[in-house]
Amino acid sequence: MNQTVNSKERLRAIIRSRKRWDVIFGILGLLAMSVGILTLVALFAQMIIDGLPRLTSDFFTNFPSRRAGQAGIVSAWVGSLLVMFVTALFAIPVGVASAIYLEEYARKNWFTDIIEINITNLAGVPSIVYGLLALGLFVYTFGFGQSILSAGLTLALLILPIIIVSTREALRAIPQMVREGAYACGATKWQVCSDHLIPYGMPGILTGVIIGLSRAIGETAPIITIGALTFIAFLPPVPFTGEPAAGMFDWLFSPFTVMPIQIFNWTSRPDPAFHANAAAASLVLVVLTLSMNATAIWLRYRLRKNLKW
Amino acid sequence: MSNPPLTGEARLAQLAQSKAARKRKDRIVEGILLMAACVSVFTTLAIVYILVKESVLFFTHVPLWDFLTDTQWTPLFDDAHFGISVLLAGTISSSMVALLIAVPLGTIIAIYLSEFAGHKTREILKPILELLSGIPTIIYGFFALLVVTPLLQMVMPELPTFNILSAGLVMGIMIIPYVSSLSEDAMRAVPMSLREGSYALGATRFQTATRVVVPAALSGIASAYILGISRAVGETMILAVAAGMQPNLTLNPLQSAATVTSFIVQVALGDLPHASIGYQTIFAAGLTLILLTLSFNLLGYWLRRKFREAY
Repeated sequence: MNQTVNSKERLRAIIRSRKRWDVIFGILGLLAMSVGILTLVALFAQMIIDGLPRLTSDFFTNFPSRRAGQAGIVSAWVGSLLVMFVTALFAIPVGVASAIYLEEYARKNWFTDIIEINITNLAGVPSIVYGLLALGLFVYTFGFGQSILSAGLTLALLILPIIIVSTREALRAIPQMVREGAYACGATKWQVCSDHLIPYGMPGILTGVIIGLSRAIGETAPIITIGALTFIAFLPPVPFTGEPAAGMFDWLFSPFTVMPIQIFNWTSRPDPAFHANAAAASLVLVVLTLSMNATAIWLRYRLRKNLKW
Repeated sequence: MSNPPLTGEARLAQLAQSKAARKRKDRIVEGILLMAACVSVFTTLAIVYILVKESVLFFTHVPLWDFLTDTQWTPLFDDAHFGISVLLAGTISSSMVALLIAVPLGTIIAIYLSEFAGHKTREILKPILELLSGIPTIIYGFFALLVVTPLLQMVMPELPTFNILSAGLVMGIMIIPYVSSLSEDAMRAVPMSLREGSYALGATRFQTATRVVVPAALSGIASAYILGISRAVGETMILAVAAGMQPNLTLNPLQSAATVTSFIVQVALGDLPHASIGYQTIFAAGLTLILLTLSFNLLGYWLRRKFREAY
């Protein structure tokens, strides 16, 4: 009798101690999460405390300056905008087209295998290597120089795998019956793609494009590598203005700076006044990338909610 | 319509003609799409070509043996030395610091999210955590230099302004989502029946997680670690900003050191003439970097194959 009570007690003790581990690990998990979340909070707090006072309208319209108080980011945000435009113009059509080819057209053979392995590998290549590629290929071999065109193409190659992968996922999620129905009506492959698959996959494709572009807008290393100047106190030429009149595409070959490079430049100066500028510019950049990411998440959410096959 | 509708043979011929035209168009479109798909292959080929071409020129000046064994890295001095081990030391010590943060925290978070957290908690916490990987790395560099380093200096007053430790710590936090998301995916892919079996035997959550789920998901978790490593090795801006760019043959994270990536940035910031030895150096460094990440990727691929559990 006594022994059973004893062993019951022992069993209870074992169960209690095992359950305690559950609680301990639950707390450990929350602590680990909070390290990440606290870092985010600290990051934002620091940017807001240091940077917010600098975020006047002058900050957005002034050129960088030797005096921290008068420096602004106009050349940086215009540069970022133009580079993103070139990137999008190249990466979206090429990325979506490759995804359509791989998902809908390609037969299963060694060649498509190579393309697939290759895309997976490209996604793992460090971004600075793209910078070296651009330096050797775009800047010197093609002679584009250290221009908006070089930077835009570099970033386009960098985000190509992101766009391809997400477009393929979007296409794969469209049920086979949509294709079969269209083929049964006599549509060709391209008609199926352009009239059905691309429109239906649009939210997924857009999600990938936005995530890709938000990655590209924050990339610093490849743009530094192609040798973009950091002190730019002018804007790229507007087509058909100036004396002599600028050509339609002159801005493509103009020297430029972008937001991350401007931040890098200000961070690496010893004067704390410039650090406030860097904080302010970082705040602008982070709000931009996070709102792009939020748009992508919202799109994905809408896609899940509205589409029921 | 001015033409009267065709009938019989003529109508059939017209239909056949338009069908042929559609087919032709389809073939042209396929060609265009194929070309687009080849862009990524050309990118790889171009990366390899450019890196190898410039590196070959580099190695005509610098013997491979010196490159691998020299203990000094002074490519821009008159007395030039090209010992890549100096830069690799910086890369290794910064990656080690980052992994010491990212691997334990990332694994704990993955286990917590996959096995302990409720559906709602996961839906809220996961996107917040993933924001960490969406923030541009230059901002992390800024944060490491201006927030983390001063904090560390309060504890260790002799810590230099530029040091591997603070860059590595921040890099580790940046890598957490890469490790945790992939690990969590691997754990969630473990079939429910295994967990149910474990719970039916009276195991607690913690026991089920550590003795059933984690071993079953090991291949996925290992490849998450590998991805984390190759992120850390390829990371550039955090190190360029916060770790200083002084070549320094040391594994001590309390010192300032250059890494393979931050050296490339340092050279690119200067004004190097095209086709000079300094210009070729960054391509040799780039080739080293890509061989390093490629071998990690292959290792990850091999691990996935070897330890994959099929259900």
